[in-house]
Amino acid sequence: MPFIPHTETDVREMLAAIGAPSIDALFEEIPAALRIKSLDGIPEALTEMETGRLMQQRASRDGRPLNFLGAGAYEHHIPAAVWAIVTRGEFYSAYTPYQAEASQGTLQLLYEYQSMMASLTAMQVSNASLYDGASALAEACLMAVRAHRKSKSARILVPAAVNPTYLEVARAITEGQNLKFDVLPYDAPSGTLGTSSLDAYKGQDITAVVVQQPNFFGLLEDVDAITDWAAANNALLIAVVNPLSLALLKPPGEWGTKGADIVVGDGQPFGVPLSSGGPYFGFMTTKLEHVRQMPGRIIGRTVDLDGKPGFTLTLQAREQHIRRSKATSNICTNQGLLVTAATIHMSLLGSAGLEKVAAASQTQTSALVAALTRIKGVKLAFSGPRFHEAVLQLDRKVSDVLDALAKRGIVGGYDLSRQYPDLGNALLVCATETRTDEDIAQYAKILGEVLK
Amino acid sequence: MSSIPSNLKYLDSHEWARVESDGTVTIGISDHAQGALGDLVFVEVPEVGRALTKGGAAAVVESVKAASDVYSPVSGQVIANNSEALSATPELVNSDPYGQGWLFKVKPSNSGELSSLLDAKAYEKVVEEAGH
Amino acid sequence: MHEPLIFTHSRTGRSAAGQYPQAAAAEVPEKFRRKKRAELPEVSELQAVRHFTRLSQLNFSIDTHFYPLGSCTMKYNPRACNQFAMLPEFLGRHPLAPDSVSQGFLACMFELQEMLKEVTGMKGVSLTPMAGAQGEFAGVAMIRAYHKARGDLDRTEIIVPDAAHGTNPATATMCGCTVVEIPSLPNGDTDVEALKQALGPRTAGIMLTNPSTLGVFERRIQEIAKLVHDAGGLLYYDGANLNAILGKVRPGTMGFDVIHMNLHKTFSTPHGGGGPGSGAVGVGERLLPFLPIPIVGRDGDRYRWLDAQDLPQTIGRLSAFMGNAGVLLRAYVYMRMLGRAGMQRVAEYAALNANYMLARLQQAGFDAAYPGRRASHEFIITLKRQAKQLGVNAMDFAKRLLDHGFHAPTTYFPLLVPECLLIEPTETEAKEELDAFIEAMIAIQREAEQDAAKVKGAPYTLPVRRLDDVRAAKQLDLTYQRG
Repeated sequence: MPFIPHTETDVREMLAAIGAPSIDALFEEIPAALRIKSLDGIPEALTEMETGRLMQQRASRDGRPLNFLGAGAYEHHIPAAVWAIVTRGEFYSAYTPYQAEASQGTLQLLYEYQSMMASLTAMQVSNASLYDGASALAEACLMAVRAHRKSKSARILVPAAVNPTYLEVARAITEGQNLKFDVLPYDAPSGTLGTSSLDAYKGQDITAVVVQQPNFFGLLEDVDAITDWAAANNALLIAVVNPLSLALLKPPGEWGTKGADIVVGDGQPFGVPLSSGGPYFGFMTTKLEHVRQMPGRIIGRTVDLDGKPGFTLTLQAREQHIRRSKATSNICTNQGLLVTAATIHMSLLGSAGLEKVAAASQTQTSALVAALTRIKGVKLAFSGPRFHEAVLQLDRKVSDVLDALAKRGIVGGYDLSRQYPDLGNALLVCATETRTDEDIAQYAKILGEVLK
Repeated sequence: MSSIPSNLKYLDSHEWARVESDGTVTIGISDHAQGALGDLVFVEVPEVGRALTKGGAAAVVESVKAASDVYSPVSGQVIANNSEALSATPELVNSDPYGQGWLFKVKPSNSGELSSLLDAKAYEKVVEEAGH
Repeated sequence: MHEPLIFTHSRTGRSAAGQYPQAAAAEVPEKFRRKKRAELPEVSELQAVRHFTRLSQLNFSIDTHFYPLGSCTMKYNPRACNQFAMLPEFLGRHPLAPDSVSQGFLACMFELQEMLKEVTGMKGVSLTPMAGAQGEFAGVAMIRAYHKARGDLDRTEIIVPDAAHGTNPATATMCGCTVVEIPSLPNGDTDVEALKQALGPRTAGIMLTNPSTLGVFERRIQEIAKLVHDAGGLLYYDGANLNAILGKVRPGTMGFDVIHMNLHKTFSTPHGGGGPGSGAVGVGERLLPFLPIPIVGRDGDRYRWLDAQDLPQTIGRLSAFMGNAGVLLRAYVYMRMLGRAGMQRVAEYAALNANYMLARLQQAGFDAAYPGRRASHEFIITLKRQAKQLGVNAMDFAKRLLDHGFHAPTTYFPLLVPECLLIEPTETEAKEELDAFIEAMIAIQREAEQDAAKVKGAPYTLPVRRLDDVRAAKQLDLTYQRG
């Protein structure tokens, strides 16, 4: 019996101590009519060896195509040390640190994580993570409504070049709470938010403005101007950022005159593998004045009975297990294991290392764009400054091209045409430091053949 | 047994109200309430000018183990709050709940409401029942 | 044992130099460029490895300690689940990779959906919610969507027992509903008379868990289901306690319209120091159209993602991609290794272990909260008497248990039972471990009678003594400040 240690002797002795004739008798309170007769739909058990073979077969079927897809999930080198440590039983199989004395490892790590994220985003406080970047944006919008005392509208302005799936998720999660999302069109030639889109809302009661940097097209927005516009219009500024980009780009805490109010994003680029989309983790940082409105777990440093420093969950009164129906959110879990990976990753690379990874990713994307736009039928859509993704326009339907590329072992990019029909046959491509010049040449060769 | 001054009025949700000589009402939470909450770490009081309704949530008191709403015993407008003292020293609510730990003052809009509040004896019963 | 903050090890110029390309140079226009570096650690690779390894050694975990946390189901996390979920092909797959190169992964997901339907008796499953709380959100949102679709816009009340987990009322509020609380009876069952009073034309539904958070089976569940359905409401099942009935009863058979499962509890995916979890949801016929997307579908022998075009009434997406895929793969592996017979044994041995502990603790003189009832997979001991007579409460027992090498059970939940310990051994613990825990409880009781102060000062043998929570909340120190 896998994982169940009981011998027949154990069972006999235990039933005797309970005073029950059989294990079945322990379920006598359950009405007979409810009892399952048999679980026919579940296959017979496999041994670990058999399961391993099955999983390897399934994995091999998918193989390892060459990946040029970003669109919110990025392939980066993860040092071997990261997951060697993360999968240690003491991290892997530990629970939420409710008994602080027995969880100082996790708690100290989370405090170190909070410190790193606050510094990286140039904000004052961080929580211990949320589920992912998209749900973090939803939580940021709800937080803005709570924190902004003077605004009654619950109206959030969202540029169209913010990740459209993030907006979809924000709408789904905030559905019951009467938020209104206004989508601001991007300026067609530049692919970024034009000030005229914002000016249409001047003087109105706006609770928050969202801006993503770099935006979904990989382009850099004029975040100083947008942040100042929000402040001038009495709206909070919610920044959605790629944490790796912050190694090169001005952090949200320094945008405009007053800086962003709430910063969110997905921490996946730090030590978290692509793994089909999850588990990742959402991060959230903010100004100290908003800390009590921030959802999720927060770790604080304090002292113990002997005056020694120690770490503990704090500000729990805002959370579901105490506040119940008045809680800041229903969130219970954070993404502890992934935060562990990210913290180790950030520690190994440091700012210097992250800068190099970011720079190399930017360089490889430029090389990719150069190689692909040399092919007839491929054009660069936007020429402005970008991070490590770019929009290409093709001369035919993107989904057909992607299917053909997939058959030849290449995952070519993200089809933008469904969510952004104005862009035509638009493809979002990405090359990180993991894509070598040979990989890029391979893509160019095959795309050339597909488009012939 | 917690302290329940006889000159005050009460809500069964553990708020007290004191009618001042100028007709305004000072409001706080009872000794029983502060004991149940434990050491307060944060107090959020309504801003001056805010309109309150009787029984409506007006303030929040937060300890390590609980964050509780404080309900206003009367309708009216907030004319003062104790935020300056309480943001520095929220434990004043624990050490002196009926004195320096006051939360906010209201100019009542409906003097009839005061008569439906509990007197000290009635509130004593509420506390007894809560304790068993 | 003490490990300083990693920042104190930093020295200018250190990093794990072999881990990134040295030659890269960035091209960022001046106005976008970061001027001052973030204060991240500057340490060597060995320093980082040593630091985090030492931190791990400060933790209790299932791999190192018996962890009878009620309602958390701290069962063994099989290493094979981790190894197979981390095969390079699964690890390297981009979430948006075309279906044509994802058939292996999609097959695992589809089969997981099917197996979860089978054990829960539901008609459809979505694997996307990323945690139990998100699963709850999906459940209540689907109930709301169902009523709205039928034009029944006044149904905004969600009934929740007072014993419910805090996420239940918090979720109801998040979905724009009002919470109506009903009491539990002294024997642990829901008060059906109070339920009848609470039901009405504004009832959207009821959120229940069975067995309840009080550790006992809700015996009148069929009656409750009928009452709620007759009043026009739907039943939501909080699957936190699914381990108690896995293979014995299906929530679908009990009458539930929607359930969320905690894969990180019942299906043994790792707790990871606080996550990631996974809160897959299952629904009956009525709620099928509203499932959160995406879901895996099958056309013949080809698998594909079903999205808004296939489910136009979906409540939408709850995550940027499709949920915690890595967690789902681990749950899949677990279910394949358990198989049919193994799945049916989970609840049996979970109940055996719980009832054994309950019996022996009662025999040792401890007070069960519900002495006349069988334990489900967990049970509650109340230390109200010890608190009153000896001044030693549940918190003190919990802290002293840490000194004995056991992670404490859940304390002070459910809120209804004063000074409670909610104890859930799970089926993967051996009898000797349970006996050792019981011996520790007996020893602490004896110590409490002879030297209460000693117990109240625990723990003594851990990296820190009890921590000043009040100071942590008042003097906020949430980030390291250099200098």
